[in-house]
Amino acid sequence: MKILVPVKRVVDYNVKVRVKSDGSGVELANVKMSMNPFDEIAVEEALRLKEAGKATEVIAVSIGPAQASETLRTALAMGADRGILVKVDGVVEPLAVAKILKGVVGEEAPGLVILGKQAIDDDCNQTGQMLAALLGWPQGTFASKVVVEDGGVAVTREIDGGLQTVKLNGPAIVTTDLRLNEPRYASLPNIMKAKKKPIAEKTPADYGVDVAPRLTVLSTAEPAGRKAGVKVGSVAELVAKLKDEAGVI
Amino acid sequence: MTSATLIRRADLDFLLLDWLGADRLAEVPRFSDINRETLTALLDLSETVASRHFLPHYKTADMEEPTLDEGGVHILPEIGVALSAYAEAGLFGQSFAHEHGGMQLPLTVAAASFAHFLAANIATAAYPMLTVANARLLTTFGGEALIDALARPQIEGRYFGTMCLSEPQAGSSLADITTRAVVDGEDGLGRRYRLTGNKMWISGGDQDASENICHLVLAKIPGEGEKLVPGTTGISLFAVPKTLVVPGDFAGERNDVVVAGLNHKMGYRGTANCLLNFGEGQRHRPGGASGAVGYLVGAPGHGLAIMFMMMNEARLQVGLGAAMLAYRSHRLSVAYAGERAQGRPRGATPDMRPIPIIAHADVKRMLLAQKAYAEGSLALVLYCFHLADLAEAADDLEARQLLDLLTPVAKTWSSEWGLAASDIAIQIHGGYGYTRDFDVEQLYRDNRLNPIHEGTTGIQAIDFVGRKLIRDKGEAFTLLLSRIDATIARAAASAVLAEPGRVLNMARGAVADMAQTLVADPTGTGALDNATAVLSAFGHLVAGWLWLDQALAAEAARDRLPASLVDGKVATARYFAAYELPKIPGWLSPLRAAPHLLSEVRAELF
Repeated sequence: MKILVPVKRVVDYNVKVRVKSDGSGVELANVKMSMNPFDEIAVEEALRLKEAGKATEVIAVSIGPAQASETLRTALAMGADRGILVKVDGVVEPLAVAKILKGVVGEEAPGLVILGKQAIDDDCNQTGQMLAALLGWPQGTFASKVVVEDGGVAVTREIDGGLQTVKLNGPAIVTTDLRLNEPRYASLPNIMKAKKKPIAEKTPADYGVDVAPRLTVLSTAEPAGRKAGVKVGSVAELVAKLKDEAGVI
Repeated sequence: MTSATLIRRADLDFLLLDWLGADRLAEVPRFSDINRETLTALLDLSETVASRHFLPHYKTADMEEPTLDEGGVHILPEIGVALSAYAEAGLFGQSFAHEHGGMQLPLTVAAASFAHFLAANIATAAYPMLTVANARLLTTFGGEALIDALARPQIEGRYFGTMCLSEPQAGSSLADITTRAVVDGEDGLGRRYRLTGNKMWISGGDQDASENICHLVLAKIPGEGEKLVPGTTGISLFAVPKTLVVPGDFAGERNDVVVAGLNHKMGYRGTANCLLNFGEGQRHRPGGASGAVGYLVGAPGHGLAIMFMMMNEARLQVGLGAAMLAYRSHRLSVAYAGERAQGRPRGATPDMRPIPIIAHADVKRMLLAQKAYAEGSLALVLYCFHLADLAEAADDLEARQLLDLLTPVAKTWSSEWGLAASDIAIQIHGGYGYTRDFDVEQLYRDNRLNPIHEGTTGIQAIDFVGRKLIRDKGEAFTLLLSRIDATIARAAASAVLAEPGRVLNMARGAVADMAQTLVADPTGTGALDNATAVLSAFGHLVAGWLWLDQALAAEAARDRLPASLVDGKVATARYFAAYELPKIPGWLSPLRAAPHLLSEVRAELF
């Protein structure tokens, strides 16, 4: 069984994101970029399945600018076998990503696609679900445990009320939550080995996908700063403020 | 605590790529594997391992010192865990040749990686530092059997290494060592000797984190009449494993090396520092006889020369360590000064809120000085590692000459002024900096070792003036001047940097003038008596030059670098010219005004 793992190049989680002065988006110049942390968890899970003999090949795919090859290289250094770079400059919305991934799935025929549940830049949390819908495959989202069984996969999901386990018939889509695993970091020898692993270059046109945005961003602004608090004299005053001013009770 | 306090990637990227052009080392066949992408991945890995495994126990290792009992020395378990992570990441082997199981990366790149670990936890980083230097010596001078048995396990991070030079009665004066090595036959590892003697200040001399320890020990082989040859010519070098290894005759037996005691230090406390007894013959008797079993490395009598190779790398590593402690002291100071609100601007009304102390001129003075020392040291040391790469792998003779000249400078300038940066950090933190609730007092204590080990400042100065200036007849110095002049010429065309260039040119003139006089007449100028002052002046000239050079490189790349980085480099270059370079005439003055004052003062006078 092949496993396909989409990985996204995003602003590093340590970076304090700043809005551009003209409000046209966030500052990306001279900003450290790295693999979306949820995708690292996805790569790790795929590698563990391969190491357990449940999968034969792990293929990483990234959709983005030429520099996204660095993100693919990180996945290869962690242990993925080969990479696919679908080169696109500019914004690619989740639906376009899902359509491209559908094309990749059509070519590669994986038994499992493991994605991060969301990317930490736009927090959309849509791609995995859209891909499942486009393919007509079962999906197990927000996975905290993944067990590959005969002909399918049991996914334990983190839901509001606790944990829910769903059994999916393969091929299937899984999206990862934080507690699924702790991803490894690539060792230096594996970083060096990864340089020799192949990365195939594609374009959205190869999959017949039009990536033109369908959404319009009106403006981007910093969240309002915190305002100073007030001291209340009594519980009664607190309750009154919560009721009348904050309107929360 | 975030990893951002270890080292800012933009700073490192600037030094490595925009300034040194280290990615061009890929043109050297030995380094063809390196490219920008690999470099970024390596630095990411280093940052992750350092912040995840080295930084968290920085304070704990300071409070819980190593202990000694019958079983040997025990160090904080977190140190062992961190070093396992370092080994698993494959970082011990980064600069070794493929044939020895290494990754064959340039020393410059390995140093940039190691900088993260030194910043995070210098006492834990001391173990891999010594191990790598030890293994490098063995791969260079050892036979195949010794390399396989003792170097490879160090490159894999399974064994750790030490260097055993000093003895209780012989520290800086290695000619006076009395450890003896007597021939004991030959086995699978080569010529076997039995060593007896005591070695002092042995970092990593014992610990319970590695499978085995390889000591590299200086000892004298007795000549006729069992007498030790006086001076340094009789010194030989031996590899002495803690537990004996195959294919030697006594494989598996504990060697006759015993920890006599631990030194209780001011800083660097996570590094177990030991007095070792070789050849006590009481607790361990390999092969049923007393004497520590050691294998000769290189030819008899070549010990000190060989050890100097390890020492040269270690001197640059000490400079790097001092630079990184200074760097972290600086980053913590910047953060604190930005948060701590005290005082108001001149002319403000009392109802105004206090402003962060970073806005006060005197605090900026301190932060600029720190930045000048910290980033200046890092630049100087990386410049030297880059020279080492060019000298070793590309047979660049000029690079070799400059490296020899600058090694004592890199060690001394970084450790003296890096310590000053850590000192300033306490001042910026005020009373809080004097407490153990903040890291800066520990950074200061850790950094206080750096002007002492691997040759004190005084020893470096004698090496510099005696060997690198006088014996060299100023040849390498002249070469350096041509490089300084090239930078000054470039600065003349710049609107903002012409003035610092002009000041540097004056400093260059003063130092060059003194060097010429001193080489021509060492006695008349009291050259060796005043060596430390000469090295101070020379160090500041070199630092001032590299600051101007950095600022020019930053200006040239302004369109693709963060504006604060470029402006910071330019401001610091201007600061260095205005505040630091004028110190040079003060250091040089006694060589003309009072060259013999020091030798004339009688000891009784104190």
